[in-house]
Amino acid sequence: MTGLVASFGSGAMTNSIADIGLADVILVVGSNTTEAHPIVGIELKQAARRGARVIVVDPRRIRLVDHAETWLRVAPGTNVALVNAMMRVILDEGLADEAFITERTEGFEELASHLRSIDLEEASLTTGVPVDTIREAAIAYASAERASIVYSMGVTQHASGTGQVRAMANLAMLTGNVGRPGTGVNPLRGQNNVQGACDLACLPNCLPGYQSVTDRGALDRFCDYWETGAYLSEEPGLTVVEMMDAAATGKVKAMYIMGENPVISDPDQAHVRAAMDALDFLVVQDIFPTETTAYADVVLPAASYLEKEGTFTNTERRVQRVRRVVEPPGEALTDLEILGRLAEALGQRWKYTGPSDVMTEIAAVTPQYAGITYERLEREDGLQWPCPDESHPGTPVLHTEGFPRGKGVFAVVEHIPPPELPDGEYPFVMTTGRQLWNFHSETMTGRSAGLADLNPQNRVEIGPKDAERLGACQGDLLEVSSRRGTIRAAAHIVDDIAPGVVFVPFHFADSPANALTSGAHLDPFSKIPGLKVTAVNVRRVAEA
Amino acid sequence: MRSVPDSDRITLTIDRRRVEGRSGQTVLDVCREADIRVPTLCHDPRLEPSGACRLCLVQIEGMRGFPPSCSTLATDGMVVTTVSEDLTELRRSVVELLLSDHELSCLTCDSAGACALQNIAYELGITWSPFDGERHRTWEAADGALIERDYAKCIACGRCVRICQEVQGCNVYGFTDRGFEFLPNTPYGSALADAGCEFCGQCVSTCPVGALTDKLSRFKGRLWEVQRVETTCGYCGVGCTVEYRVKDGRIVGAAAPLERGVNRGNLCAKGRYGWGFTHHPDRLTAPLVRKDGELVETSWHDAIAVVAANLARIRDEHGPDTVAGLSSAKCTNEENYLFQKLLRAAIGTHNVDHCARL
Repeated sequence: MTGLVASFGSGAMTNSIADIGLADVILVVGSNTTEAHPIVGIELKQAARRGARVIVVDPRRIRLVDHAETWLRVAPGTNVALVNAMMRVILDEGLADEAFITERTEGFEELASHLRSIDLEEASLTTGVPVDTIREAAIAYASAERASIVYSMGVTQHASGTGQVRAMANLAMLTGNVGRPGTGVNPLRGQNNVQGACDLACLPNCLPGYQSVTDRGALDRFCDYWETGAYLSEEPGLTVVEMMDAAATGKVKAMYIMGENPVISDPDQAHVRAAMDALDFLVVQDIFPTETTAYADVVLPAASYLEKEGTFTNTERRVQRVRRVVEPPGEALTDLEILGRLAEALGQRWKYTGPSDVMTEIAAVTPQYAGITYERLEREDGLQWPCPDESHPGTPVLHTEGFPRGKGVFAVVEHIPPPELPDGEYPFVMTTGRQLWNFHSETMTGRSAGLADLNPQNRVEIGPKDAERLGACQGDLLEVSSRRGTIRAAAHIVDDIAPGVVFVPFHFADSPANALTSGAHLDPFSKIPGLKVTAVNVRRVAEA
Repeated sequence: MRSVPDSDRITLTIDRRRVEGRSGQTVLDVCREADIRVPTLCHDPRLEPSGACRLCLVQIEGMRGFPPSCSTLATDGMVVTTVSEDLTELRRSVVELLLSDHELSCLTCDSAGACALQNIAYELGITWSPFDGERHRTWEAADGALIERDYAKCIACGRCVRICQEVQGCNVYGFTDRGFEFLPNTPYGSALADAGCEFCGQCVSTCPVGALTDKLSRFKGRLWEVQRVETTCGYCGVGCTVEYRVKDGRIVGAAAPLERGVNRGNLCAKGRYGWGFTHHPDRLTAPLVRKDGELVETSWHDAIAVVAANLARIRDEHGPDTVAGLSSAKCTNEENYLFQKLLRAAIGTHNVDHCARL
């Protein structure tokens, strides 16, 4: 998001899900789409079936590769090197969209001179992708009438994630693939309402609608609107990983965690446990007891998304209704009700009659949501922001005329090797990710009959040659260790993972990949941890 | 509705009615948009037309025989008849043939009330099949806990084969054998898991009869007994529209309404089958407060008081920035808005974040 804000002035998927099907060429980078976003996966597979050229960039042979024209097996953490090389080819071949560059962008000269210094052979060595393959992919993308980029955490969860996103934006602008149907730069969000949680400012540096906390005027407007006596500073607050550091050192003394399980989902589990332990007061609000509620002083029982009214905003910025399907169990209350009671106990005078009333306030203070009401959401099939007034139909494609910041900015992005590279002691690269039948820390999928049985155990995906060197057969128990921890899981030998790379899903509490990852290597701009590249050692400990 | 350029507009006469359509539409599409009912068994708007079931046959002036409306393109000036004695007779014989090899266990079939074959037989007043012959029997496939296959009810319409191939791109099913044994099946009749099944249940969603059903929903409630509530899925960021089926306050199944939402009737395994957690005995059902090292049940009143007192104490003693909040991408927009408002307006800190980065 941070990367797209810098390039375009807005950090969301530029186009719509349905619109992916209009592209002639689709570049899928760091997104295991058919498993993590299966319905977008359908869109991609059907596009391929109709003749669109799908190019997959991923260290693993994900299922989508079966439907793709080309698979570029990049070494983990080298997307920037690849995209820079592709852009070099595009310049050399004269395939840049000069009209678009002149009219809609700035900073091209600096980028172009940087690209001229890119050596394709060197890029090939860095990424592990042959020069000819890079060239073909670049030409395919740049010569398409409509080309779309789809990416996910394989791009953002790196210490250089912001740079990687800016590289994607560079590529799209260089070829004029922004602002038209079937084009764009399209990040797929992992959780149902990440987009909404960002839009409505559960972020330390933003007020609702991405109004910056460094803007005194915006701060004052919100304080007035909220009728609060609290003084809000112009200094951004702490991000999730920074909070854990601050808790561990006693700078943060109380935490209120609503619907999160950081012990499993955050990097460096031992550190997170120490942070939870060090807190003076911890309140956790959730639907299940979790590894995190174990540290709580107070646990508040919440209603699940099937037991409440409200809205979610999906990855294509579409605000959609959530409806109460069943009643919450026992005394559980919706998060909205709990927040209301807590606000009252803290002396706030909130007078909401229900979720629709909260949306009225959201619309009043959030320009992108200004035209959204429950009444319209009932009538229309959701609404895509920006929706600036009640007669506005919503916006399926962003940046059709101009960018929110005026002109799009090219950024010179250099390939920075991941901070933790393999060495003698930790010779493998571990990359993490999601699987089809599991979701995040498994609190929901692991407790849904039928689904829970499909993939109940963790595994380490490893290539045949590496497995042979370790003397490991299919199903043997492996031990994976990093500088921070050790886990065990069964070997799952797969043909098409790069040598020296292992893949471990992060879903499983009894074998948590995040016991190994590091929270120390944050992207300097987005503060996203580099979860996709961790140096590990692997050894075989027992027979299957 | 998108606007139609004049050059694309066509006009047909269907059952003596003037009906507008667009070029590129099939005769069936035009009929459906005009609320003219043409029975079908093998049609699903998610699939390419196949013309296999022969129920959507119509008569078209200037065309010989009885073309299937699902795979005949509508053209300007076309004159179509959807109801006639000949057509009814043809449809009767199709249904009678299907019923000659269809187990009539409608009494306990989960698809009763939602079964296209049951509906068309009822509409045509068919009470028995005059054809006698061999019948397929139910056999137990070791397919796990989600999808039930019953070949005694299969009408070989091919929708499961087509959705798995055309939409899902998985090719788990294909047609096997010829003649009586012509049925959709996995390679060598293997279990679904061994055939590369993703358990999305798309085949169940398109099956027009009771041959493919959701095991989780068996005997839990049929279409006329359940409340149907439409909402947005809570798993990934795609935001599919899901219709949950509820009986006696419990979810008994999930489906996606066709032609609505971003998913247009499609769902994945998590969306279709990932709802059991809501009724799981592990659910937290009462507020808990730590006393002497143990979490013990308490009232809402006390729990809220303890939280408010401690947050206020730490804020007042150590400053607002010693308090931090983590919100959730699982919660609604309204809840996320109020969460950051609470941290900012009631505590006075910007220390608020959620798991977007993870």
